[in-house]
Amino acid sequence: MMLHTVNKSPFEKNSLNSCLNCAAEGSTILLIEDGVYGALKGSSIADKVQAAMGKVTVCALGPDLAARGIADKVIDGIKVVDYAGFVALSVENDKVQAWL
Amino acid sequence: MKFTIQVNEGPYQHQSSDTAYQFTRAALEAGHEIFRVFFYHDGVNNATRLTTPPQDDRNVVTRWSELAEKHNLDLVVCVAAAQRRGIADADESKRNGKDADNLAPGFRISGLGQLIEGGIQSDRLVVFGD
Repeated sequence: MMLHTVNKSPFEKNSLNSCLNCAAEGSTILLIEDGVYGALKGSSIADKVQAAMGKVTVCALGPDLAARGIADKVIDGIKVVDYAGFVALSVENDKVQAWL
Repeated sequence: MKFTIQVNEGPYQHQSSDTAYQFTRAALEAGHEIFRVFFYHDGVNNATRLTTPPQDDRNVVTRWSELAEKHNLDLVVCVAAAQRRGIADADESKRNGKDADNLAPGFRISGLGQLIEGGIQSDRLVVFGD
């Protein structure tokens, strides 16, 4: 399966939305850098992220959540990983696609 | 597992060069092999040894150099991107008639073929950029 990395805020660029539309069932989306704003509870895109969680796994990079002060405001069910977890996800999936 | 890392952004400009460094370090700590780190586009600015950040800030350039020395990493800078941005080793500087060179220790200048080879030889190609 594929690991998708999204590093743009969904309120700045459309890449998370495009990724959610394209990601195949069973794939994983990892939110990094400003992309972690996509993990924010109660935002205008939160419903879409939550709906996608039935077919894809959504993760967020913990250090980037913490740097932005939103580590305790993450949508339930989003898996928080550290850099070692990021590496593990890129091993588990056979391709890594960056949505730059 | 073998990884090639592609870095498309310069230091102190976008977080991606920091993320690439942290990912590379975590992969090495987990026992993986970093086949190559390829610096492309503005990413070549990670390779100038003249970078002098304030003392209380991280030094992105020396951080790469130190990681390369410790783990014998192959840090490759795209030659065409480097020429455009004034990144040169002694040979490149001489070849282009310049009076100085600035490539940081642990980096080497080469071509885009090195990125393609990295993609072929590695199990994963992970791209960091803007």
